[in-house]
Amino acid sequence: MRSFFRVVWLVLRKDMTVEVRSFEIVSTTLFFAVSVVLFFAFALVKEGQPPGDAAAGILWIAIAFAGTLALGRTFEREGKSETLRALLLAPCDRPAIYVAKLLGMIGLLMAAELILVPLVALFFQAQLLDHPLWLGALLLSGTLGYAAVGTLFAAMLARARSRDVLLPILLYPITIPVIIAGVRGTATLLDPAGEMVMVRFWTMLLIAFDAVFVVLALWTFETLMTD
Amino acid sequence: MSRLFAPASGLCAIMLAATPFVIASAPYESTMGLVQKIFYYHVPSAWLMMLAALVSGTSSGFYLFNRKLSWDRIAVASAELMVLFGAIVLITGPLWGRKAWGVWWQWDARLTSSLTTWMIFCAYLIVRRFGGIGSEKLAAGLALFGLANVPFIYVSVNYWRTIHPTTNVVPTLPLSMGGPFWFCALTLLLLYILLMQLRIRLEDQRKQLDNLYLAVDR
Repeated sequence: MRSFFRVVWLVLRKDMTVEVRSFEIVSTTLFFAVSVVLFFAFALVKEGQPPGDAAAGILWIAIAFAGTLALGRTFEREGKSETLRALLLAPCDRPAIYVAKLLGMIGLLMAAELILVPLVALFFQAQLLDHPLWLGALLLSGTLGYAAVGTLFAAMLARARSRDVLLPILLYPITIPVIIAGVRGTATLLDPAGEMVMVRFWTMLLIAFDAVFVVLALWTFETLMTD
Repeated sequence: MSRLFAPASGLCAIMLAATPFVIASAPYESTMGLVQKIFYYHVPSAWLMMLAALVSGTSSGFYLFNRKLSWDRIAVASAELMVLFGAIVLITGPLWGRKAWGVWWQWDARLTSSLTTWMIFCAYLIVRRFGGIGSEKLAAGLALFGLANVPFIYVSVNYWRTIHPTTNVVPTLPLSMGGPFWFCALTLLLLYILLMQLRIRLEDQRKQLDNLYLAVDR
């Protein structure tokens, strides 16, 4: 068990070192996420007034789009000099590699959310920061579910021909529950008449989704990544 | 392929040709009238769509863990039929909805979950077609995840208003409607089984042809 977490830490540290030296994925993902929010602002804000309950949807769409971009880039980098093959050849638990990649992706998306939440709150005049704990719980559980499925599919697609096109095609239908639960939960938080019971229900649904899909991904990662 | 295939397909053709007459002989439903007759195709297709998704998802799971190509053939054949029967459901449903609800589409739990599950299997076929080498395994992973996803989709969309007729309608059908209904269900089930056999055989022959090419190349 200790060696498992050691591998997780080593792979994560390697990814972070590469990232800190280039800032490639962080900067492109953040910039892209901000542009998505701007696009929605231009499309939806009329005469200076944002539509009533668009903020929750826009926040989650921006996270999902930025996530797709980041997922594609992470594994493209591993594909370049066959470093993914090298990683898989390493004599260690393969699921540890998956966990490391997943943690990296969650960290990246949480960083994007730190910028996106205030930005959406500002542009769409939404009271996103009224319930910071619930919002944090929704964002964390939603991001975990999205990244759990996304990391697995991106890893499988790393060697496929048209991976950039195929990733969203695979990812979006599977993550529909994450988007529904995330958007509905956040919208309930924003609604002054919203019931906390419903926020809890959506958070629980997201946590159940996370549990099932993380277990499934850990269980299938080795099989799916073997030639 | 079994010796029963030819007679069974003949029977299926006759039954399919007979369905319009059988449906016409069923009485009109008191409130919905003529539009209700679309159910004789719609409901069995929806059942077969679910069956096909289940078969495809579970055989993908088996394929992933024991690597027998025969499981993969079942999975791909069933995925194609899932998309086919799903298309029937998604076309006939709105035709009825327009008359009964006044709108073509409702964001109802059953409709939304059918549509999204259908999309997962469309994605399955796209991956198989354009994924290149190793796409079988990729697609199998997708089908497995898609199957695990069905309850989540259903629960999450269920928190919208549900206005779709519930499943307890079918067991309470009077014989005059139940007879034609079960006849249609049986016909479509037979069609599913026959198409599965054909499609699996096609996949088999493709594989053999590939192997022959490889043998000649060597």
